[in-house]
Order: sequence, then structure tokens, then C-alpha cells
Amino acid sequence: MAVPEGLSYTRSHEWMRREGDTAVVGITQYAQDQLGEVVYVELPEIGDAVEQGTEMGTLESVKAVSEFYSPASGEVLAVNERLADEPNLVNDDPYGEGWLVKLKISAVDETKLLDAAAYDEIVAAESH
Amino acid sequence: MHPWIGAGPEDRERILAELGLDSIDGLFSTIPSGVALDRLDLPKALDEESLLHHLGELAAANTTADDRPCFLGAGVYRHVVPSVVGAVLERAEFFTSYTPYQPEISQGTLQAIFEFQTIICQMTGLEVANASLYDGATAVVEAALMAHRLLRGRRNRVVISETVHPLYRRVLQTYTGALGIEVVEVAPGEGGTTAAAALAEAAGDRACCIIVQSPSFTGVVEDLPAVAEAAHGSGALAVQAVAEAVSLGLLAGGGAHGFDIVCGEAQSFGMATSFGGPHLGFFACRQQHMRQMPGRLVGQTVDSDGRRAFCLTLSTREQHIRRAKATSNICSNHGLMALAATVWLELLGGDGLQRVAAASLSAAEAFKARLAGLPGWGLAYPQAPSFNELLVTGPGTGEELARALRQRGVLGGVPSRVFGGPWPDGLLMAFTERTSAADLDALVAAMGEVS
Amino acid sequence: MKRRALRDEPLIFERNPGRGRRGGYLLPETGIPPVDPGTVLPAVQLRPALDGLPALGELEVVQHFHRLSQLNFAVDEGLYPLGSCTMKYNPRVCEAAARLTGFTEVHPLQPDDQVQGALRLLWELEEALKTITGLAGVTLQPAAGAHGELTGMLMIRAALQARGEDRQEVLVPDSAHGTNPASATFAGYRAVEIASGSDGTVDLAELDRMMTDRVAAIMLTVPNTLGVFEHRIVEIAELVHSRGGYIYMDGANLNAFVGRALPSAMGADALHINLHKTFSTPHGGGGPGAGPVAVSPDLVPFLPVPRVVRDGNQTFHIVWDDERSIGPMRGFFGNFLILVRAMAFILGMGGEGLREMSETAVLLANLIRHRLQGAYHLEYTAPSLHEVVLDDSLQQEHGVSNVDIAKRLLDLGFHPPTMSFPLIVHGALMIEPTESAAPEEVEAFCDAMLQIAREAEESPDILHEAPVHTPVRRVDEVQAARHPVLRWTPEP
Repeated sequence: MAVPEGLSYTRSHEWMRREGDTAVVGITQYAQDQLGEVVYVELPEIGDAVEQGTEMGTLESVKAVSEFYSPASGEVLAVNERLADEPNLVNDDPYGEGWLVKLKISAVDETKLLDAAAYDEIVAAESH
Repeated sequence: MHPWIGAGPEDRERILAELGLDSIDGLFSTIPSGVALDRLDLPKALDEESLLHHLGELAAANTTADDRPCFLGAGVYRHVVPSVVGAVLERAEFFTSYTPYQPEISQGTLQAIFEFQTIICQMTGLEVANASLYDGATAVVEAALMAHRLLRGRRNRVVISETVHPLYRRVLQTYTGALGIEVVEVAPGEGGTTAAAALAEAAGDRACCIIVQSPSFTGVVEDLPAVAEAAHGSGALAVQAVAEAVSLGLLAGGGAHGFDIVCGEAQSFGMATSFGGPHLGFFACRQQHMRQMPGRLVGQTVDSDGRRAFCLTLSTREQHIRRAKATSNICSNHGLMALAATVWLELLGGDGLQRVAAASLSAAEAFKARLAGLPGWGLAYPQAPSFNELLVTGPGTGEELARALRQRGVLGGVPSRVFGGPWPDGLLMAFTERTSAADLDALVAAMGEVS
Repeated sequence: MKRRALRDEPLIFERNPGRGRRGGYLLPETGIPPVDPGTVLPAVQLRPALDGLPALGELEVVQHFHRLSQLNFAVDEGLYPLGSCTMKYNPRVCEAAARLTGFTEVHPLQPDDQVQGALRLLWELEEALKTITGLAGVTLQPAAGAHGELTGMLMIRAALQARGEDRQEVLVPDSAHGTNPASATFAGYRAVEIASGSDGTVDLAELDRMMTDRVAAIMLTVPNTLGVFEHRIVEIAELVHSRGGYIYMDGANLNAFVGRALPSAMGADALHINLHKTFSTPHGGGGPGAGPVAVSPDLVPFLPVPRVVRDGNQTFHIVWDDERSIGPMRGFFGNFLILVRAMAFILGMGGEGLREMSETAVLLANLIRHRLQGAYHLEYTAPSLHEVVLDDSLQQEHGVSNVDIAKRLLDLGFHPPTMSFPLIVHGALMIEPTESAAPEEVEAFCDAMLQIAREAEESPDILHEAPVHTPVRRVDEVQAARHPVLRWTPEP
């Protein structure tokens, strides 16, 4: 499983693509694989204030629920409305069409984020 | 060995030998001696005949409501229970199976529940119904807790009319006490109905829901459209409790008036009075709220050959997955009772349900007409619309009246203040399609002797 | 059970599409003249016809449910070794007892003097459960095990409040059934998970660390969901009690030790008993069950109302009010007809029979463990009581999961084991044969499991494609959850 370069990652398996002070957030290929087929995504509301490392929503498979966490502090600008009808996008295209939330970033603790290589190591460790 | 135990003494020896053990005690080595028991101090086994004789004696020591004219209701009603209901429930494929976690070998139970959910939706006027809850009281509790969750705990008050069944309200107090949820009870008006304005005032801007029962504990049909408006005007969910489910044969469920949750007791659909249980809690709500719903849900899907199939679904709400964050702690529900209701409703059909409801109402109306000729007796709420239960006052307290009628061979009603209440002290009298003209004659004759 | 029914059973709503008048049910001739409901009820509240529900003849309805029933597997069909569910035989005499009209046709609000038989039965069942548990008081009210858990936790809460203590946490082992943390939450507590020790039982050092003065109780399943007895239960109870906490015992697995061990001696303060497990009342495709709670003397004052009491004249009364009680947990006195069945089972088994019941349940579980260990991995090797938890890790090497194993078992005529928990065993296969199965049936199940273990190595596709002999094949639960269809709707 290739981990895309140029994104920031968390130990809780979220990715974040930054453009200026906004960012798109999703879960990684590894995370969606662990979760299995996603059947429902609970997203935050637009305008919600979020803090880095706190729960932002949940992803459900048939027999599991897992939370996802914000990789940065800020405000929710948009959520992926398509997931309401097509939660499978999280499985099919986790780094693209299956994105979760768009944030306006107010602060980031960079020490809690990982680059692709560092994240890859974590995944390698977890899968063995 | 006992016949209900599959292995005999020789089996036991043979298996112990295979396990390399000398005695059965070897299997219990992890139980410390301080807690171990040598024998159980209970009587020796009764053979089947003696057992049925003993329990038959206990049963015979009860006066059944079949023995005499009976007008008891107050949340538990005597409607017809066709033989077909019992015959279906006695099928081992239904009663000796477990919760349908393995859909491939549980389609019978699953399809029956799917049909139950559909009928409850039709009757309540709502979009989603669950597979059952324990009873009416716990269904009302679940409704209040769900409303509390939907408003994210930001509104900590539950407003409930005092004419919701007193046991439902007491159970609500038991549950909410531990969770710090405030319960505000609203007394009915002089005419017996609960004023929407009084509910709205009690709700203020802090209520997560307003709960009324219709028909109410005192038999009054509440003004549901006004209650729904009051609830929504105050930003709360509107919840209708139903204790006499047969009323839904004539009265549209609250969903038709904008209620968000309609729930309650469906014992009337094919269950005997059974000294109070097992009966059947039902629960319906809007689709937009279904992820906060308590209890199991059955959904339609397909199998790997593309054929229609059913399975339990949206399970992530439930305790076995969400654990401490589940929408309810319920696991075993009242599946077999939901099956009883489904058989009853499908045997009678929509038309039959309507006829049962109309006959119940007609019996109550016939009694009202006779009541006018009984000096000292009267309706507590003559102006309020009623369905099949009436609060009747007479020459004495409810307890006294009930006793006097009982001495005359009639189970005349439930004392209206058996659980307290701000309404007149009298008798709650319930009428059903099982009430005959002769029963009414006996009741009226007995009442005529009490003055 | 029907194998691959040739035609599907339509939904009832799909029958009689023209909605002609058919059969239904003859209502009693009351001799009372009909009244037009429109003259009594508010016009705005009158309902339109329930047109989804067709009128059918009686045979059509009977056939509908008969055919549906044939799509179910049941205890009466074959071994149903669903761990923690105790799917034992439901003796028919217990059913007969519950159908006596002196029990079914009694209204719960009849006066006490008309229901002495019912009250005596409740009282005698309470006494029997006190004997079985050694505890001081019993409520028969809870409708199910989880309802009993909440009842017990609310009593513990009330007892702490009476002591003037406000504790916030409840410890729940990571091996626990999901109802435990859920019940703790609904009792107003924060459920705090305590990790199991390496043998799967409570780690005393960890308990010592976590058992602070914030902790109201620990919820312990005995034996635990691995089928392993908490062999340090006395030390655990001493530690918890010495710090002012209570022991809530989950009696879901009581079938392991009736007559062999006494919960009161273990230090239990509250213990729920799933009558639909240990005392054989039928599971009914998901209830109704009954979850009476037995309590220590400390908690007796807080038992729910209504209660049954006996006076000096051997007369029974119902008490509806008691200031210290937590209040009622539901309407009326419990699932009475279920309680009748459980009483019948206890009387029919007798004291000696109940002890043999648990001994045999443990014996048969150990036979399964003995035969299957090796072919299947056993993560926790401590001695098993009434159930054994294997897992699929050996089969996973061939790409076969516990779900595949379960579905293949369906083809071979057995109900699968429990797979959804305990969470501490990945790919769990929790097997509980109960005492009622004949040894040959248990051995046949073991043979089927061994065959599946071989198939996993040699021809795993058989397992992936299973089941093929069931009324429907593998059901698409993902689609059901992604696009919920929770009711029938008429074609537009």
C-alpha cells in the first residue's frame, strides 16, 4: 500500500492535504482497509470549531464504529456530502473522492504530524 | 440422570475417561473451596404429572377474568386472542430459536419482524419502527432518552402529562433519576384533556420532549394536533404514548399529526392479560432520527444470488458494538410477542382491526347511555372524547366501588387512584369487543345496587 | 428447516393485491348496537383505512407463518452451541404450565385476594433463586438480562447515595458482554475498561490500581465470557469491598455452576439471572426473557417495587410503595408467564438435577475443547467451565475467517458458535453445548468442525462460498446498512 507523498498524517490514521490555511482531511488507505466496508459516516457540522486530536466524527462498518480525529485546529468549512449516499467512496478512493472534511486551519502542532515515510513505518509496525 | 440432561451416567464415565479425569470434580478445580457447594438445598425433581398438578393448583387459586364480567383495563386489555396466534407461537422454529444473528437460517423470524415493523409504521404514521421493546413503560422511557440524545443533552427537561399511565411515569422517574434528567409533570385540565398551553409553558425552552398518552390513562383522547404544535413551538420533540393499541384501529397514530415518536404497549394485539407480562413494547420514529433509535431493526437486502433476504441492520447503535455509547442497553427484546402481534394483525387484517376497535368503542358508548339512568354514578369527563375506557365516579371511593361490584360478581373496574393521580376518585372501566350486552346488563345491575 | 425453498414466501402485504374481502376472523356477537365512531371521536384524528394490511382467509395466514417458520433453525432441530446464550432444550411441560388459564387470564390489577396462586408462585420462585444464589433478596421484575443489570446498578447507586457517597465510575473487564458498559452508562456511571490478565481473568494488581474511591462497582461475569472461572474471586471481592465498592455479578453464565458454587460466598452484592438461559425459558427468536436480580442484605432495601410479601397467615400481598426502593423498572411484576416456566423447570429438575445440569454442561464443553483443540487455536488455556472460546487464527493462514467457518457449519446442519465477542479474542468461536444435548450430537458437531478445519487447508473455496444449502445464501449486510429498507412500501 503506497502512502502518497505530500500529505500530512496522524498516528490515528488521518491524512491532511494543506492549501494555504485550508486543508482537506480523510482517512488513509490502511485505515479504511482495517475498518472494512464503510456503511455510514457521521460528519461534523459546517462551522463547528475543532481542535487538533479531538474527535470529529465516526465511520461505521457493519460491525464496528471508529472515530476520526482532527489533524489540526480550526473550523469546519465543508463536509463531503456525497458520503451520505455513497459511503463506499471512503473505501474506493480514500485519498480522493472519499475525503471527509474541509477545514480552515487556525493552528497546527506539527510535532504531532507525520510525513509519508514516517507514517509508512507506523503502518508497517501495526500490520505485523 | 434427569431426562432433560442429554448424557447418562455411562456417557459421563466415558467422557471423563476421554478427558483423563477420575471424577466430575476435576472439571471444577478452579472454583475455590470457600465458595464451592456440595449440594443444592432444593426439593427433589417432580415428575411431569406432579408438576402440572402443583402448578395447576396455583393456577386454580387465581380468579380468572374469564369467570365473570370484567371491565379491568388501565393499560392491560382483554381482547380476542384467536387460536391461530397460540398455534404459531407454539412452533418450535419460532420459540426455540435465538435472536436472528445468522440471517441465512433465520429468515422466518426476520421476515415476520419486517412485517411487524411495517404494520407499526402504518399505524403510527411514522417511517421507522423497531423490532420491539419490553413494554409500554420502558418504551416511553426509551423515547424520552432518545429525545434527550437527539438534542445532545442540551435540553435536560422531559415534560410529561400526568395522564400518561402512572406506572410509565414512575418507571421514567426510576430511569431519569440516575441520569440527572429533570421530569416535569403537567396536570390535566378540568375536562380531562391536557392543555397544550400548559405543556408548552412547562417546556419553556428547556424541554427535549413533551409526552402525552392518547387515549390517556383516564380514557380521554388528547388533542394531538395541538400537542404536536406546542412541542415543536418550544423546540421539543412530540412523543405519543399509547397504552391501548387497538385505539389505532380508529385513531390515526401521532405521526399523522406531526409527532416525532409514537410508542407504547401493544399487548392488545394478541396477548392475554397474563398477570402483567410478557407484553410488548413498540417504538416508531422519523427516518431522520433512526440512528438514535433504541433496539433492533430488521432491514431488507439480497443474498449472494440476488434474492430478497432480510437481516438485522444498523447494529452499530447497539450495545454489542457501541458498548458504553450505545443508544440503549437492550439486548433480548420481546421478539415472540412481536410475532404474536404480527399474527394477530395479519389474521384480522386492517378491516378486522377496525372492527375490533369499533366494537370496543360501541360497548363503551352503550355503557355511557345506560349510565345516565344510574343515580349517584356519572362520567368524570362527560365532554371529553373517549375511546373504550371511561373514568366513572359513583357513591364512594374507587376502592369501595370496586369492592362493592366485586361482591356482586363483577370485576367492575380499576380504582382510578390505585397509583394516585389528580383526577376524580372512581373506577376506570374498559370495554372491548369481548364485552357483551349481558356483561353490560350485569354491570349496570350491580351498579344499581350500589348507592 | 427447509433447504433452499423453491419459492419465496411473499410479504403479507403482497398477498390479495386486489384487496378483495376475505375471511379475517369472526368477532364475538356482542348484542351491542354499533356506533359510528365519527360521532364520538374528533374528526381530524380519525384514521384512513389500513390499506396495506390485506384481508385473508385463515389458512392463508397459517400457511404464511408455517412457511416462514420453516426458514428458521431452532434448538429442536439440532445443536445450537451459541456461546453465552445457553441454548438448551425447552421442556414442553414448562410450556404447558404457562398456558394454564389460571395464569394467562389473570389481570395484573385484580385485588390480591383473587391472585393468591400467582403471588405464591412469585414468592416461591424468589425463594428458590435465593437458595441457588445464597443471596438475601430477589426481584423478578426485569424483563431481560440487560434490564437486570441496570436494575442492579441502580440499586448500587441508591445504596451509595444512602451512604452519602457519589461515585462516578464502574469497572468493566475488556472481556465483558457489551450490555455491561451500556447498563453502567444508563445507570449514570462512566464505564471504565479494565484489561484482563494474561490468563483472561481479572488482573489483581491492575484492579488494585484502578479501584479508587471514585469506583462504585465492578461488573464481573462469572465464569467470564471465556468460560473461565474468576479463581481469585474472593480476593477481588475483598479488595473491592474494602474500598467501599460493590460487586455486580453478571449471571449470564450461571449454567456453569448451579449447585457447585454459591455467589453469596463469592461476595456478590447483586447478580442477575437470565432465566432464558440457565432456567430454560425459551429464547423466542429474541425474547421475551427474564432477568431477576438477587442481592446481598445491603441492597435489599433498594429492591424495585412492586414486591410480593407474605404475612403470618400465609397470605400474599403486593407492596407498591417503599420510600427506599429505586422504584419500578417496568410495568407490573415481571414477565409472569416466563417466570411460570422457570419455576416449572426448577421444580422439574429438582435440586439434584440442577447440579447435574451444570456438571453435564461443563463436561460436554470440555469434550468439545478436548476434541477441537489443536485443529483450532485456543488463546486462553485456563480450564473451561460451560463454554470454550477457540479462534480462527490457524484458518486465517488459509484465508478462512470465523464467519466462513460459521456459514459452513450451517450447511452441515449446526448452528454456529458466537463470534462477536469476547473482544479480547480476535476471530472468536465461542462454543457452549449446554447439558441437554446428547453426546452423539456434540460429537457430530466436533466432527463437522474438524472437517471444516481440513477444508480450510485443502479447499477453502467451499468455506468462502458457504452456505449453499440454506433457505437463502450469504446475506448482504453491507447493502442493508448502506441503504436501509426497514419497511415494506407499496409500489407507486
